[in-house]
Amino acid sequence: MQELSLNVLDVAENSIRAGATLVTITLTEDPARDLLAISIEDNGCGMTAEQLRQVTDPFYTTRTTRKVGLGVPLFKMAAEMTGGEFSIDSQPGRGTRICASFGLGHVDRMPLGDMTGTVLSLIQLCPQVDFCYRVARAGGSYEIDTREYRQVLGEIPLSEPQVLAFIRSQIEEEEQRITC
Amino acid sequence: MKSLAELQALRDQMKQQIGVRDDAESNIRVLIGMGTCGIAAGARPVLAAFSQELETRKLTNVTLAQTGCIGLCQYEPIVEVILPGQEKVTYIRVTPEKVSRIVSDHIVNGNIVEEYTIGGIK
Repeated sequence: MQELSLNVLDVAENSIRAGATLVTITLTEDPARDLLAISIEDNGCGMTAEQLRQVTDPFYTTRTTRKVGLGVPLFKMAAEMTGGEFSIDSQPGRGTRICASFGLGHVDRMPLGDMTGTVLSLIQLCPQVDFCYRVARAGGSYEIDTREYRQVLGEIPLSEPQVLAFIRSQIEEEEQRITC
Repeated sequence: MKSLAELQALRDQMKQQIGVRDDAESNIRVLIGMGTCGIAAGARPVLAAFSQELETRKLTNVTLAQTGCIGLCQYEPIVEVILPGQEKVTYIRVTPEKVSRIVSDHIVNGNIVEEYTIGGIK
């Protein structure tokens, strides 16, 4: 992985596979505390205590197509090598929450990369799932929520190119507003 | 500032187009491998390239969807193209540069790009 946004995409894919109907991605950038925090929370099937214990082990996976499960361990490593922390909470039937923090200015911190691309890819490929994307930076904060869009759109899927273009320009405008 | 009113206008405009498409029989499916291996190898830009190409060519009978890791991690990014009534074609090590040819030759004209497929490995 070359960008944290790709880790986020990968971890959010686990939420999709867990049958989540809502995935919340939160990004907090706090230069004063030299902190970048990312959380991914879902209401999917969750994990048992036994699975939770093994999920950061690269040689554990529930899949049968191969013997390794690298997504979560890679994300954990990306956080810990910047002096950050990683935690994962899960309850069967309730959902899972993954939190990772990073040293914002740490030399080993991967660039965040194209978070907008990650969010749009998720919406495009999983139009039946709702996504909430919250961003807080020193200059302000914003939130986009596909449940709001869905209410307006009715039966028109979120994966329609015009809808995705609308969401992209909304994120870009918000980003511009809080970085100005 | 983009508003929900704008989205409402977009919806009304789209409602007319949407009824006339998507009968399952003529629908072409493009599946992109979005496992850890696919994502690390570059599946996200490949997805973006497919969306862009389909949009440019106004191809509305193509559905982009995802699949997980199919156990061929060394060949990622993997894209499967399924034309109605035909066998699935598996493209390997797909890059954004390869996408326009897959769309024009295979999806539009029905000619498989053999050298990009898993059978074309030398």
